[in-house]
Parts: sequence; C-alpha cells; structure tokens
Amino acid sequence: MRDILELENVSLIYQSELKETEAVKDLSFSVKDGEFVSIIGPSGCGKTTVLSMIAGLIPTTKGKILYKNEQIEKVSSGVSYMLQRDELFPWRTIEKNVYLPLEIKKIKDASAYERANDLIKKYGLEDFKKAFPHELSGGMRQRAALIRTLSTSPDVLLLDEPFSALDYQTRLSVCNDVYKIIKSEKKTAILVTHDISEAISLSDRILVLTKRPATLYKEHVLPFNKRLSPLKRREQKEFPILFDVLWRELNDEN
Amino acid sequence: MKTELSKERALYLKEKRNKKIAVNVSRALLLVVLLGVWELLAHLGVIDVFLMSKPSQIAVTLYDLFASGNMLTHVLTTLYETVAGFLIATFLGTIIALALWWSETLRKVLEPYIVVLNSLPKIALGPIIIVWFGAGTKSIIFMAVIITIIVTVITMLNGFTETEKGKLLLMRSLGASKMQTLVKLVIPSSIPTFISCLKINVGMAWIGSIMGEYLVSKQGIGYLIVYGGQVFRLDLVMASTIVLCALAGFMYAIVALIEKRLVNKR
Ligand SMILES: Nc1ncnc2c1ncn2[C@@H]1O[C@H](COP(=O)(O)OP(=O)(O)OP(=O)(O)O)[C@@H](O)[C@H]1O
Ligand SMILES: [Mg+2]
Repeated sequence: MRDILELENVSLIYQSELKETEAVKDLSFSVKDGEFVSIIGPSGCGKTTVLSMIAGLIPTTKGKILYKNEQIEKVSSGVSYMLQRDELFPWRTIEKNVYLPLEIKKIKDASAYERANDLIKKYGLEDFKKAFPHELSGGMRQRAALIRTLSTSPDVLLLDEPFSALDYQTRLSVCNDVYKIIKSEKKTAILVTHDISEAISLSDRILVLTKRPATLYKEHVLPFNKRLSPLKRREQKEFPILFDVLWRELNDEN
Repeated sequence: MKTELSKERALYLKEKRNKKIAVNVSRALLLVVLLGVWELLAHLGVIDVFLMSKPSQIAVTLYDLFASGNMLTHVLTTLYETVAGFLIATFLGTIIALALWWSETLRKVLEPYIVVLNSLPKIALGPIIIVWFGAGTKSIIFMAVIITIIVTVITMLNGFTETEKGKLLLMRSLGASKMQTLVKLVIPSSIPTFISCLKINVGMAWIGSIMGEYLVSKQGIGYLIVYGGQVFRLDLVMASTIVLCALAGFMYAIVALIEKRLVNKR
C-alpha cells in the first residue's frame, strides 16, 4: 500500500503577544492508504495542532506535509476534519446539516447529494432526515456529524477526540459504529484521543507523542485480526498488555 | 375522542388554571382599586384636582380628544416618527454591525467613538439636530434614529462576534469563505439576538420620538404632554400618557408576534 500522507520534519511555533510556544518539533510519520492511525500523548502536547496542520488550517513553521505527494497549503477536499463536538447547526435539519460541506464547496451535481442521502439511509438516520439536531441523541448526532464529514467523499478523515463529549455507554457503541462506517467506506483515518483503550480498540497503528513540543516517542503496530470489531478487540488477551505498555509510556512522558 | 386524564393531572391542570385566573383578576382589581381611590380622594378634596386631575375627568378628556379627531392626528404623527426611526435605525444599525464584524481593523478604529456615542446623553445633541434638520418631523425622526442606532450596533455586533468558536472552526475546516461564514453561520445564529434587539429598539424609538417632540414639535403625543403641562391641564397630560402606554404596548405586541413567527421557523 502506498503512503497517502507524509509528514517530514514538521515543526510548529505559535506566536502570540507575550511569547512563542513551540508546539510541534521535528515530527515525521506517514500514513498508508486505508490505514487507521491513532495519536496519543500527554495533554497539551500538540495533538490538535498536528491535525490542524494536516487539515491545512495552519501552515507549518518548518517541514512539509504531503497528501498524495503534494504539499498541503490550504484546506483540501481530500482531507476532512471531524471536530470534538458535533457542531450541527440547530437551525438546520439533519439532512441540511449533512449538505453543508457540499454547499460550501459549491458542489451542484445531483450525484453528490444522492451519495450523501445514501449515507444517511445506510447509517440509520433516514427517519431523522427532516428532524432538527436537538431531537437526536448524542450518539446519533455524532453519527450525523460523521456523515457530514463524509459527504464530500474525502480520502482521509481527521478525528479530534470525536467521542469525548459522550457518556461511556454511548461512547462504546458510537465508537463501534464509526469504526464500521470508516472501514466500510474504505477511508484512511487519523484519530487523536486521550483514551488509551479507545486507541487500542480502533487502530492499526498507534503513535505516542512526547510532551510539548510534540515529537514521535513510540510507535506500535497492533496485532489484531482486521475483522475484529472494536468491542471484540477489548476481549482479546493482548488488550490489557498493550494497555499497560501504552499507559507506562504516557506516564514516562508526563 | 377525549383522552382520560389521570386524577393527579386533572388536579394539577385545574390548580394551574385557577392560579392564572387569580392573577388576571388581581391585575384588573388593582387597576380598579387605584382608580377608585384616586377618584374618591379627589371627590373628598383630599388631593388637589388641579395638580392631580381625576380619572373621570381624564376619561372625558380622552373621549373628547378622540371624538374631535384631534387625537388621531397626534397618534398618527407620533406613530409615524417612531416607526420610521425604529426601521431606519434597526436597518442601518444592523448593516453597520455587519461591516464592523467583517473588518477587525474598522472595529478597532471605531470602538472608542462608539463607546463615547453610547454614553453621551443624546438629548445634548438637540440644538445641533434642530439647526441641521429644522424644527420639524425630520429632527424628531433623527433623534429617534440616533438613540436607537447605537444600541443596535452594539447589541448586534456582540451577537455576531459571539458566534460559537467550534462552529467557526467547522466552517474554516470546510474551506468556507468569509461571505459563506457570514451567510450560513453568523447571521442565522444571531437571529435570537436580533429579536431581543428589536424589542429593545421599540422602547428606544419611543424615547427618541417623544424626546424629539418635547424639543421641537407642533403635533404628536409628546407635544400634547408638554402642552398640557404648560397650560396646567393635567387631565390632558394623563390622557396622552395613557394613549402612549397603549401604543407602546401595541408595538411591543407586534414584535412579539414577529418573534413567534421567526422562532417557529427554526
Ligand atoms: N492558537 C494558539 N496560539 C498560541 N498557542 C497555542 C495555540 N493553540 C495551541 N497553543 C498551545 O500549543 C500547545 C499545544 O496545543 P494543542 O491544542 O495542539 O494540544 P493538544 O495535545 O491537542 O491538547 P489537549 O490534550 O488538551 O487536547 C499548548 O501548549 C497550547 O497552549
Ligand atoms: Mg486537543
């Protein structure tokens, strides 16, 4: 499989009136087409910053980020960002919320809208198309947000703690749903999370970052069978061992 | 078919209804008692009718004013000034707030001016306004506009700049242009602010038009009140004030209706 995304010695320094903040330093890694990579690291280490750079929201201070061998300079429709909260617009119906990225990107062809509709149907929101966000449960809203992220058919999804606003039960099931959707749509995904078990249950590979300024500390390729669901993975014997290792690495860094 | 209500529910609803009736009856009673006591004290000579007037006299004056058709002219004059001031100020104020949202530089540059204009008692501008616009309707409308517009700019700009950060980030991550962000996010999310601004503006426009009439007018409710004061016709002052209350309440009700419309649409 080819690399769809490459970071080469990426650094980022924030400028503000009072001081400079070095958030990311010399970070290099690459992601293969169809891979699910999780990024974990101490809080405030620069994880969101890394995703923002990949999304084209902030330019790197040093280094290059390549998407399909081309440098990312601005927001591209191949890379799509899913935020921590669903950010559904309360004055739009679910359907209209899902169409938002198509409207912004001025995509007019009916096939795109049809595809968005298929996603809504396929992932169980057909009955809520005309409903407003406040009529949906937290889990359903997050699913709607994911479908909105998918509506422009991106190749890479960036997920910044997308489940952290949910309660534990919902979190497990939404996590499962999202995994299924991402896999069945054959998307590449980069997930930032605080939750070690979430990272283990979802990823093909986990990157552990150092504390700020973030750089690559450890990398783990997970041994699970590709067909296991996230919930099933939690029952495997490797799960607690991995958890232990990652937990230690994170604490070494804190 | 009528659905059976549980006993508790029926009791609850009944209590609720009774309370509502009690409140409404008390309101009406309060008014009746106040007017009654006033009238009685006036008859007994405890209060000076010359200074306080009395309800029966006010009622007669009101009737005469309406019957002669004079009141209608005054009402229409003031209503015209107020509504014109309200509409112009709301429209221009919102446009200015949009411009200030759009350009941070403009916002920074104009900020101190807006603050000063806001704290300035607008009545102080009276002489200038009269010199510029003449002693007539134009001056009065201008007074209503200047009082209302500053509040509109400040309120709406606050609404625009308080758009949720996360939603702005979402728009940015979708590559939205500033215009798209404005039209698809900032304006729709500021509708509640706009509605409360409309409500504030109703009050402001009335203050402006009445104040303007105090300064220059030959017609209108404000003029009637001032005139009544000058010739010591307290019944005229009171009657005009009552009409003013009714008009202000009426305009507020219209805004409340607009609010209902807008909120239902969401
Ligand atoms: N716009 C900014 N300007 C200045 N400094 C910033 C800015 N955004 C983030 N930082 C700083 O950069 C560092 C990394 O922030 P970032 O949000 O990327 O961390 P994070 O790993 O996502 O944190 P968390 O675990 O809390 O989500 C922090 O110290 C933060 O204070
Ligand atoms: Mg973060």
